[in-house]
Amino acid sequence: MKHLLIVCCLVAMSGWTHAGEAQPMAQDPQVEARLLVISEELRCLVCQNEALSSSHAELAEDLRREVRKLIRENKTDAEIKTYLVERYGDFVLYKPPLKPLTWPLWFGPFILFGLALVGLWRYLRLRKQLPSSRLDATGRAQAEQLLKD
Amino acid sequence: MKKTLLPLVLFAALVAFLGVGLMRDPSEIPSPLVGKPAPAFSLTTLSGDKPFSPADMLGQVWVFNVWATWCVACREEHPLLVQFSKSQRVPIVGLSYKEIQAGDQAAGALSEEAKLQLARQRSLKFLKIAGDPYKLSVMDLDGRVGIDYGVYGVPETYIIDKQGIIRYKRVGPVTPEVLIETILPLIQQLDTPA
Repeated sequence: MKHLLIVCCLVAMSGWTHAGEAQPMAQDPQVEARLLVISEELRCLVCQNEALSSSHAELAEDLRREVRKLIRENKTDAEIKTYLVERYGDFVLYKPPLKPLTWPLWFGPFILFGLALVGLWRYLRLRKQLPSSRLDATGRAQAEQLLKD
Repeated sequence: MKKTLLPLVLFAALVAFLGVGLMRDPSEIPSPLVGKPAPAFSLTTLSGDKPFSPADMLGQVWVFNVWATWCVACREEHPLLVQFSKSQRVPIVGLSYKEIQAGDQAAGALSEEAKLQLARQRSLKFLKIAGDPYKLSVMDLDGRVGIDYGVYGVPETYIIDKQGIIRYKRVGPVTPEVLIETILPLIQQLDTPA
């Protein structure tokens, strides 16, 4: 399965290097502009680290075709995203929705940051209570004596 | 004592998290379709009989398997499907997914009708050689039905219950383990009248 995906990605990319057949030019620049904005935030399911807008995988091409169709039907961005989420799950969204399952994802970093701040504060307070490591006059004299010897 | 152990504990936690992450297959995406009705469609079949629609299968448990002759992993699972179909446990319906790929040189300039013919030829030839586990296969040339089912990497396999609800989805080839440990018990469970 994984091999297949890799092959798919490679095949998709190979088409890209020699530019393949010319893609039909945008019939409607407005549709293309919206497609670009929407698909920038959608994940290509095959090459998972690519946005749908830039992926050359065949499935991405098909999904762009569907999104174009939905744009022409005057669907809102939210409706188009829902269309894809219903089929592929939240995974297609690069920005995961805020819901209990994703709370750790959204708030975790802030909690960790808070914990780190508390740790830092406690450490600094503890350090203040420690005796100073500066030498007093007698200590300095002793040290000089030692250095001389 | 406690102080010196803390970094070790943190390290162990990190290793545990990373370990779990490593074990997971990132290409396996949980399907939102499990528990939902199988999306409706009506498509022409491989044999050219009357169009098939999932509603035709209401009242029985069935397996929906997405395949294509160009799909290497499908060939991998094919013998197992053939063997499973011989048990006549439940019908397997195939979805011939985008048999003609975009970069297909042989089909580049063909009309839609001719592409369908070519897809049928290739699929029938493959099934003749490798065995035909399918009750029937439907032709999804443009992949639209595939999108409705959230297909992103063939082969994919769905189990659909008597009410037409998708109860299970498998991405990637069905292995003997998956068949024995997951699919068969689920079919058994779905098939027993409540």
